[in-house]
Amino acid sequence: MTRRLPRKDVVIVGLGWTGSIMALELCRAGLDVVAIERGPWRDTATDFNIGTAPDELRYAVRHDLFLRTRQETLTMRNNSSQTALPIRRWGSFLPGNGVGGAGSHWNGQTWRFLPDDFRIRSHMIERYGEGIMPEGHQIQDWPMSYDELEPFYDKFEYVAGISGKAGNIKGQIQPGGNPFEGARERDYPTPPMKQGYSQELFTKAAKELGLHPFPRPSANLSTGYTNPYGCSMAPCTYCGFCERFGCSNYSKSSPQTCVLPALVREPNFEARTECEVTKVKLSGDGKMATGVVYVDAIGEEWEQPADLVLLCAYGLFNVRLMLLSGIGKPYDPSTGEGVVGRNYAYQTGSGATAFFDNVNFNPFAAAGSLGAALDDYNSDNFDHGPHGFVGGASITNAYTNGRPIQYRPTPRGTPAWGSAWKKAVRETYQRVTNVGAQGSVMSYRANYLDLDPTYKDPLGRPLMRMTFDYQPNEIKMANWMAERCEAIAKAMGAKTTQINRLNTPWSTVPYQSTHNTGGTVTGNDPRTSVLNRYLQSWDVPNVFVMGASTFPQNAGYNPTGTVGALTYWALDAIQSKYLKSPGALVQQ
Amino acid sequence: MIDTSDRSAMRAKFAPPAEKPRHAGMSRRSLLATAALLITTSGATAKVVTKVLPWRPNEAYPVPPVVPGGWLFFTAEEASVVDAIVDRLIPADELGPGAKDSGVTTFIDRQLTGPYGGHDWLYMQGPFSSNPLPTQGLQSPLTPRQQYRQGLAALAAYCKANFGGRGFADLSAEDKDRLLAGMEKGDVKFDGFSSRMLFNAVHANTMEGFFADPIYGGNKDMAGWKLIGFPGVRYDFRDVIDNPNKPYTLPPVGMQGQPAWGVR
Repeated sequence: MTRRLPRKDVVIVGLGWTGSIMALELCRAGLDVVAIERGPWRDTATDFNIGTAPDELRYAVRHDLFLRTRQETLTMRNNSSQTALPIRRWGSFLPGNGVGGAGSHWNGQTWRFLPDDFRIRSHMIERYGEGIMPEGHQIQDWPMSYDELEPFYDKFEYVAGISGKAGNIKGQIQPGGNPFEGARERDYPTPPMKQGYSQELFTKAAKELGLHPFPRPSANLSTGYTNPYGCSMAPCTYCGFCERFGCSNYSKSSPQTCVLPALVREPNFEARTECEVTKVKLSGDGKMATGVVYVDAIGEEWEQPADLVLLCAYGLFNVRLMLLSGIGKPYDPSTGEGVVGRNYAYQTGSGATAFFDNVNFNPFAAAGSLGAALDDYNSDNFDHGPHGFVGGASITNAYTNGRPIQYRPTPRGTPAWGSAWKKAVRETYQRVTNVGAQGSVMSYRANYLDLDPTYKDPLGRPLMRMTFDYQPNEIKMANWMAERCEAIAKAMGAKTTQINRLNTPWSTVPYQSTHNTGGTVTGNDPRTSVLNRYLQSWDVPNVFVMGASTFPQNAGYNPTGTVGALTYWALDAIQSKYLKSPGALVQQ
Repeated sequence: MIDTSDRSAMRAKFAPPAEKPRHAGMSRRSLLATAALLITTSGATAKVVTKVLPWRPNEAYPVPPVVPGGWLFFTAEEASVVDAIVDRLIPADELGPGAKDSGVTTFIDRQLTGPYGGHDWLYMQGPFSSNPLPTQGLQSPLTPRQQYRQGLAALAAYCKANFGGRGFADLSAEDKDRLLAGMEKGDVKFDGFSSRMLFNAVHANTMEGFFADPIYGGNKDMAGWKLIGFPGVRYDFRDVIDNPNKPYTLPPVGMQGQPAWGVR
């Protein structure tokens, strides 16, 4: 039996980056806020303690901080003619769990998407004609422009203390920064991280090739910093335990370091952990949410009534909650109609491995966002005419870590065991580096999310089913990028290089990227979007959805910077418009 | 005197599997005193955080160090075969100790008794497909404990039938390597068990044990880390970043320090 709790102004599902920012700002606006989080409470001193945190087996291999598939997973297949099976062990992507979410164990690469990315469909057709658009695509412009989002990118970067070098301040190109970036109002809050020897070689080689390298923007902080919420951070020590780990040093921007210390002091805030929201409860006519239903740690079911419902879980799980709650019409790939689950996209990875002689790259002296990057081949920063694909990639030379269970590269063809392997692994560790291309993935009619007909979670609800594969456009793009990477690797002075083309079909086994986008996309047309431009549900206006599930397609960057900017953008609309006059912010 | 009573629940998280059908392994805060358990106005029990961080000093969640000696999962016979396999996968040679001398068999034995050994954290509901796509990854209903138990029995039967009644450990180094290479490719057919599945399990666990923190029982004297020059968990390499392209000369450090620092 479901028991009903006293009403709150706002209920937030999931207490990661977007949930904690929303909670803090709405508490400060005077609202009573409850955040419901299905994982445990986590804080730096306890959960990311220096005596236990740098444990590769526990965190990187056994996935201690992540969502356990036993609790929830997805089923996957490459196309709709196949039978989807559950992802029983995470591989290709690693969803977070608990307070802080994936924001506690990310690498911290914090980008702004480029102005062209927000109107990619219009831009590409204007410049190249309809013919360049890939077969079966559902690429669509974002409903807001880069210029509209700029103040909110700025806000997120200053809350997170991002370390970087501006490339374009108010239209003035800045030496040492990314000359392709959209104009920003001011520089990053903290200077860029130091770079290693490999990045020195990369930067020199790229410049010689006429390219424009710069230190990539980082949420591993170069220096001490106190953010506008009064939360203090310490300089990064290049320890090499970022992604898959919490940071013991208070050096990696996360909800724990940047938001929660301020949030818990708000008297009208409450977090309930180890409580799983099972659905958004709707009014009889389905036009308003009345709150959420959740199950607590001992299996009791509760109803939490609220005036405003914010879905702030990991993007994939926001999509599933919309499907399970019956908000918005589910997408049907056979007709192309419906919207929830539509335009699921991902990320490509390709590049080149470079082997040197007589160097000490010291890969263990690393950080999740340490690295030099270039954007010459991203978005439409280069002429796509001769290549016939849409999209691009950020190209990076970086060490995120040298942790040896997972990082011990050997040249292709080396045996996997025995004395020959042992010799190769020893000889290679210090003298190998990588030039990688992180590429965009467009949206297609055939790539989507829906509910699985067979497999259920422990509460008996259908798992979400992911139907995804890389399309010819992405394969062409990523493999062309791999050749660009190899050219840079050769110019760095590598003795030998290996080209790493995009692995196809997409497999759930090797780790690739936790950049799952789409499914509840934002747009100006309710027939092709779940949310209006303020991330408000077209169908149920007191439901807003945060996160990368709102992206109409994915760009050649990590998503968190844009997720943060969209959160502050939606928050601004909630504060300045919705709270004054609750209802649909955009008329259909 | 530090009150450690709260930590017993957290340590239990890493103890041999206590089946928790839902929210597996996430109840460790349930005994936390600070602001954790609250009876709400209508009588709901929930873990609630409000006004103060639910934190107390000395409350990290350490892993219990593995104490070598004896077997918790393997039989003595199984352990001798695993010893013989890992000894070929990472042999002792002029570059240093191999997996056997580094305690990798003990590592695997202890891992199999924990949550990993039972796939306690994984989605193990059926139906299990008999012909999954390679892109769909792990689809076997067999837990690591079952893979080792059944796989080692199948290997023993195979050796007995094909090597004149001898066990794997008694084969020549050449025969062992030839058999392992056949298992790696899946060319060798065991009766009732995939030779490749056994190879993949032992190979993955051997690499884990050889390169994991020594607290887990393998990587004794940090032999794996020394092989490649990984300095361990020093957690501060600002000096390295400031001195590019220089050899790193300090010895590795694990979560429990260095052997030279003595037993704590």
